[in-house]
Amino acid sequence: MADYRLKGETGEWEVVIGLEVHAQVSSKAKLFSGAATEFGADPNAQVSLVDAAMPGMLPVINAECVRQAVRTGLALNSAINKHSVFARKNYFYADLPQGYQISQFDQPIVGEGEIEVDLPDGSTKVVGIERLHLEQDAGKSMHDQHPKKSFIDLNRSGVALMEIVSKPDMGSPEEAAAYVSTLRSIVRYIGSCDGNMAEGSMRADVNVSVRKEGEPLGTRAELKNINSMRFVRQAVEIEALRQIEILEGGGTIIQETRLFDPSKGETRSMRNKEEAHDYRYFPDPDLLPLDFDDAYIEECRSTLPELPAEKKKRFIESYALSPYDAAVLVADWEIASYYEVVAKKGDPKQAANWVTVELFARLNKADKTILESPVSAEALGELLALMADDTISGKIAKDVFDEMFETGKGAKAIVEDKGLTQITDTGEIEAIVDQVIADNPGQVEKYQGGKTGLIGWFVGQVMKGTGGKANPKMVNDLLQKKLGG
Amino acid sequence: MSDLLDLTLAEARDKLAAREITAVELTEAYIKAVEAARPLNCYITETPEHARAQAQAADKRIAAGTAGALEGIPLGIKDLFCTEGVLTTAGSHILDGFKPPYESTVSQNLKDAGAVMLGKLNLDEFAMGSANLTSHYGPVKNPWKRKGDDTDLVPGGSSGGSAAAVSARACLGATGTDTGGSIRQPAAFTGIVGLKPTYGRCSRWGIVAFASSLDQAGPMTRTVRDAAIMLGAMAGFDTKDSTSVDRPVPNYEAALTGDVTGLKVGVPKEYRVDGMPKEIDALWQQGIDWLKQAGAEIVDITLPHTKYALPAYYIVAPAEASSNLARYDGVRYGLRVAGDTLNEMYENTRGEGFGEEVKRRILIGTYVLSAGYYDAYYLQAQKVRTRIAEDFTKAYEHCDVILTPATPSAAFGIDEKPSDPVQMYLNDVFTVPANLAGLPGISVPAGIDDNGLPLGLQILGRAFDEETVLRAGHALEQAAGFTARPQFLAG
Repeated sequence: MADYRLKGETGEWEVVIGLEVHAQVSSKAKLFSGAATEFGADPNAQVSLVDAAMPGMLPVINAECVRQAVRTGLALNSAINKHSVFARKNYFYADLPQGYQISQFDQPIVGEGEIEVDLPDGSTKVVGIERLHLEQDAGKSMHDQHPKKSFIDLNRSGVALMEIVSKPDMGSPEEAAAYVSTLRSIVRYIGSCDGNMAEGSMRADVNVSVRKEGEPLGTRAELKNINSMRFVRQAVEIEALRQIEILEGGGTIIQETRLFDPSKGETRSMRNKEEAHDYRYFPDPDLLPLDFDDAYIEECRSTLPELPAEKKKRFIESYALSPYDAAVLVADWEIASYYEVVAKKGDPKQAANWVTVELFARLNKADKTILESPVSAEALGELLALMADDTISGKIAKDVFDEMFETGKGAKAIVEDKGLTQITDTGEIEAIVDQVIADNPGQVEKYQGGKTGLIGWFVGQVMKGTGGKANPKMVNDLLQKKLGG
Repeated sequence: MSDLLDLTLAEARDKLAAREITAVELTEAYIKAVEAARPLNCYITETPEHARAQAQAADKRIAAGTAGALEGIPLGIKDLFCTEGVLTTAGSHILDGFKPPYESTVSQNLKDAGAVMLGKLNLDEFAMGSANLTSHYGPVKNPWKRKGDDTDLVPGGSSGGSAAAVSARACLGATGTDTGGSIRQPAAFTGIVGLKPTYGRCSRWGIVAFASSLDQAGPMTRTVRDAAIMLGAMAGFDTKDSTSVDRPVPNYEAALTGDVTGLKVGVPKEYRVDGMPKEIDALWQQGIDWLKQAGAEIVDITLPHTKYALPAYYIVAPAEASSNLARYDGVRYGLRVAGDTLNEMYENTRGEGFGEEVKRRILIGTYVLSAGYYDAYYLQAQKVRTRIAEDFTKAYEHCDVILTPATPSAAFGIDEKPSDPVQMYLNDVFTVPANLAGLPGISVPAGIDDNGLPLGLQILGRAFDEETVLRAGHALEQAAGFTARPQFLAG
């Protein structure tokens, strides 16, 4: 992908981006308590004594969350630390009942690694993973329920999060968004997180700095809790421009946490220096360190499905797809599976086109996901099979697909009911070809005089005469023969 | 005083089982004793109605032949254990009105064994103290007094209420917790037995946390046998406490064979501290002689890092406490003192809710965990802790148990409290190493000083070898024949 540069008054600036993505572990229970984690429950309906930090309550690690973190680490091609430690991050806030968050500090469960990120232009970029650690989420403060009071909902208190920290390897808003998108794809493939950004199951803290080419890294600002790819892109650009303006005006960037406000299109400082936190991390004495053996790690590895990057490679190799098409198809496990069913019934390249263009367009229009598609993969496969054996033309196929999408009827049934079967009888087509040639002597003359581009016009006339049912290749061949002769 | 109150826990158990007495009778006698003991201020909350109901249920189970190990035995519970529906204060103003909707695992285990709860016992605020002078509910008085001197003495701490109540016969036994000596030191000050089990032996679930890596619950009783019986009911693996250990609970009482022939008893030279009263030194020598006469072999050992134990303890314990006590913020339970902002509410609540000693330790703990100080203090203290544990491991290559004095002095007057907090911290000098190493220890009353005050000897053992600790403690108890009684007896 082309280098992304922002133009300032003093020249071009590079942007350097690193992300901390918080992914909620798909588990029925919280990280250290048995309370449920389902989204959308009434306030404080999913709070155990541990989550409310009642006196004398103790955390007990949820083995499923540990397993999902290890699986995620493996899927991110990252080192699994066989010994890791939970630490307390101490700070006061009303929605943090313990007065500390149980997290991991200097000994996280997953160490360094790297993933291949698919960029919108079909190219890829390798992004380094710094670490992944497990931590508890805090509760939620609601400041809009009462004129003078804040209300606290502890449903999220104690929910398991994986914090996935990237290296500062991204250089443009697109790369940052694509990285989040790839992460989301991976965690959804392996089922460790549902990736639902709207419900807050996945959110990103984006670190942004700018520099002139060849210069050392600039001071970064951290943009908190960004919850969509679009906002990731916008926030990076807006923040980078803000920093450039400051630097070019002779100012300096303060390392701080900022809030991105999409409605105002700006970022704002969240905390001032007086409140700079010293989190006083120390190992949580209520919890034992996590210690794994190789067998456990291998057991986790054995449960991993084919991952997006592998699948993409296989699609390119087995189905001769372009990297771009393959990337689009593998981004979602459901789409990839759908595609493979279709591809097996017809031409794989054509199948890719039909899924990514025809199907996606109709799904978008109907605001449906692939799981809600009225046309099953088998049904679309049947349609493609009808094209492959020349029963219908591509043009007819699109009309048939529309009807399939609307009525849920099968391709064969529609084709038979409406008599859309392609005319492949040479005699029948020849008669119409002859008629068209006879009716348009002027055009014939022009064609024969060298305007061979008119062949398309003749094909169109013949197709019109057959109600679109003639096999276009046969029409083409016959016309060429007759006009040329 | 009712004769019933003079029964040991083991004797009462046997008489209940033999139907010579009833649980209701015994409990009524103790309810009266609890009332009579009010001048000592050892109970924060009395629960006579609970006790009566439990005693009646106990009598039914005894009649039905389904009695538990502590059926009908009236106990006091240190007010650091959460008790369902019963005010639980941790001796602090900040837990005003807090009635937990849950029961701590240890107190539940005792209930399940048939024990009767007489009430909640006073303690140093959040178990921080060695004299029971820091409780929001006022100091506890030691039932013992110096000969010919009416000065009120401290019972030790932090389990001062437990110690005073057991000593004065205001309960048959009590739970304590020991973070740096909070069971063993008050036991020594009040002439009773106090056992701190191995870290992980008793569940910490439902016990208000002071220093999580050091806190351990244990029994406080009048005899070693009673401690063995009570520990058997308290101990056990608990899936709700990740640091509790999954090992079977042995029959501790069966370990009291009275035979210590061939037992190797280590005597650490580092415990001979400067300025220790000669009576304590003499008692220690007496203990050595007793065990030698009973057939034990005395071995000189060295625990070279002992002098670093107290400073390390006073870094680790406050560090953990500073974090553990962050939850008392006025948001969800206990005291809330309003303020115009969230931070003001925190400041007002915690400023008013915590006492001086608790604030001091929160400040120390916050300091030693702060950026720039963590390595020099907390990390260094953890290294010392490892060395101390290694000292013990090496020592136990040469001996089975270790004999030391329990405290460097006898009980002192409530008004004689040292003005320097560090001087007060020295009370724990003999008890703290076992907490840092997670090892079991027992304090056994072994003698009387020149003023007529009780003194204790301490036996330390290997991890999860409470049986040998109890066996040696029992031998010491038999040899000492400690029969002195406090001036104040309830009932």
